[in-house]
Amino acid sequence: MDPLIILHAGVATGTVLLFATIGEIFAERAGVLNLGLEGMMLIGAMSAFSVTVATGNGLLGLIVAMLAAGGLSLLHGVVTIHFQADQVVSGLALTFLGTGLSLVFGEGLNKAGAISLLPTLTIPVLASIPVLGPILFTKQSVMVYLGYLLVPVAWFYINRTRPGLHLRAVGENPTAADAMGLSVYRLRYSYVMVGGSLAGLAGGTISLAISPGWFSELTTGGMGWIAVGLVIFAQWDPWRAAFGGYAFGALRRTILDIQGPQTLLGLRNPFFFNPYFGFFLQMLPYAFTIAVLIIGSREALRKRLGAPAALGLPYVRGERGH
Amino acid sequence: MTGSDSAESRLPGGIRLPFEIQVEPRLHVPRWLSPLISVIAILVALLLGALVLALVGGDPVRAYAHIAGAAFGSLGVFSDTLVKATPLIMTGLACSVAFQMKLWNIGAEGQFYMGALGASIVILAGVVPADAPRLVAIPIMLVAGVVFGAAWGLVPGWLKARLRVNEIITSLMLNYIAIALVNYFIFGVWSEGGFQMTRTFQQAAWLPRLSDLAEQFPILRGLTTHFGLVFAVVAAVIVWYILFRSLWGYEIRLIGDNPRAAKYAGINITRNTVFVMMLSGGIAGLGGMSEIAGVVHRLQGSISPGYGFTGIIIAWLAKLNPLVVLPVSVLFGGLILAGREIQPAGVPRLIQGIILFMLIASEVFLRYRIRLVRRP
Repeated sequence: MDPLIILHAGVATGTVLLFATIGEIFAERAGVLNLGLEGMMLIGAMSAFSVTVATGNGLLGLIVAMLAAGGLSLLHGVVTIHFQADQVVSGLALTFLGTGLSLVFGEGLNKAGAISLLPTLTIPVLASIPVLGPILFTKQSVMVYLGYLLVPVAWFYINRTRPGLHLRAVGENPTAADAMGLSVYRLRYSYVMVGGSLAGLAGGTISLAISPGWFSELTTGGMGWIAVGLVIFAQWDPWRAAFGGYAFGALRRTILDIQGPQTLLGLRNPFFFNPYFGFFLQMLPYAFTIAVLIIGSREALRKRLGAPAALGLPYVRGERGH
Repeated sequence: MTGSDSAESRLPGGIRLPFEIQVEPRLHVPRWLSPLISVIAILVALLLGALVLALVGGDPVRAYAHIAGAAFGSLGVFSDTLVKATPLIMTGLACSVAFQMKLWNIGAEGQFYMGALGASIVILAGVVPADAPRLVAIPIMLVAGVVFGAAWGLVPGWLKARLRVNEIITSLMLNYIAIALVNYFIFGVWSEGGFQMTRTFQQAAWLPRLSDLAEQFPILRGLTTHFGLVFAVVAAVIVWYILFRSLWGYEIRLIGDNPRAAKYAGINITRNTVFVMMLSGGIAGLGGMSEIAGVVHRLQGSISPGYGFTGIIIAWLAKLNPLVVLPVSVLFGGLILAGREIQPAGVPRLIQGIILFMLIASEVFLRYRIRLVRRP
């Protein structure tokens, strides 16, 4: 139960949630809710792992993962943007489809043996910062550093650039965006694909770096759904998404570690002496997701913040009411 | 997509087609169109599924023939198909009733597990005396299953109604929690000889099977269809009556169609949200109860190969009509029964996903008329 180890591993696991959550933030900021994260992450994890097994090239694996999940998200795009189908149901269909495809194509992959993982790095100067250095900058996977970069870049893009302004316009008021001369459909398709690709990257990060291998549905174990919840907690803001993602990563690691020692805070550790209490520990991430959602929803009510105004609504040119 | 959009007739690269594709909103939808489109969507989905099967080196024709034979080929397997259809009817009903109000309960899986847990608790914790007759034991199990399922639906319903917490995610998270809770009980509390299952219930807690009547009617020998199917059919009729013949159902459907109008009409959305989620959870819980009382006769892990999720697809395919849920569930029961033996193992899930996708994509043809018009 070394807190440094827990936080170190938590940041690594949190990176997965971070990618998926920020991807979903992009899609939802454009007005498209995509509940299919779990399916797209599974596709990403499966294709990254299988390509890496076949070629030995992890980078290629990640690229294929992003393409595969991005391609899958395009289906969601066509159905919800052009065909104006219900985004909730289409997202669920995507979850089924992604799970099914990854199970079918990933058949036998669990026996594929070991791959060389993505490299880990220690950043020379930063690693010597007390406390933060060993947690954030020592022997972390390259994906973790990519996560550090993604957060400020995503925030800057959404809030401080012209394309980011267009992105928000399409999600808040597509009619006005259309009148400004923006192509609502094209932008929505693009950001749905950005979201899908990042979900694929999240999946690839699991299978190539965080908990390497292919364990069918257990590879993600509901992380895609947790990410959907984190978007609401994050209030569609990348910084809060990072905070939520890393906190959840640390929680998952704590759950693993807490059953180890015989005493906990000087008391008999009930999880050590009755291993069946471990099932209650397993519930924690999901219970915390609910708690975090409650916090996020209350805050949104109080501050009168909310989801992008056009989230979940199809845009039909010439129809009033959005 | 707008009315008569001639720009769409030009392919990328500026190639001009000899005809124009016109897309116009439909003002009138003929009654036969919706079922026809659903059937076509399913056929296309099966075709796409075959394509994927062929891609991974399977033999789609043999796979589908196998599914048909192993699900509907004889009285015996058809009886097994009905056994699989029974829980699907209940989860399909649970989803239908919630979706009618646009409440996205995707927690039927967890509510199903909780129903099974509730029905087991009354037996294993001695609420039902060991020598109680069937007529006492079964109703108590039934009530316990419904109550536990409803409680599991109450949580996301209350959170949605009171705190506006997204019910999609809370109901889904509760699935994982329910399964972990059931695991705690079967591993930690009631484990039978170290196995991940409880002891077998006394016979009074078993739902009667068709094969119980084999002495009078020899043709029924070996048929496993159990009384849960009767529960399911009765539940379907009741839910249909509530939704389409009662004032409450009118309120539910109005809230789903137009929440603003419902509010102005003085309908209490908060209370309906809680009650509909409880009804939905209760029906799914009944499914869990009927599964353990009718099939496995004890509480054990993996009692559901995703019945709660398949219920979503069934509800959508049945257009949220409880009576249509019945035949659709039989088809999916066959798919699940026969799919167990098909390799790779993900195929049934894949086909379900493609079917749902095709269904929602095909709805565009209900809203729009797409015509090819010759260029002058």
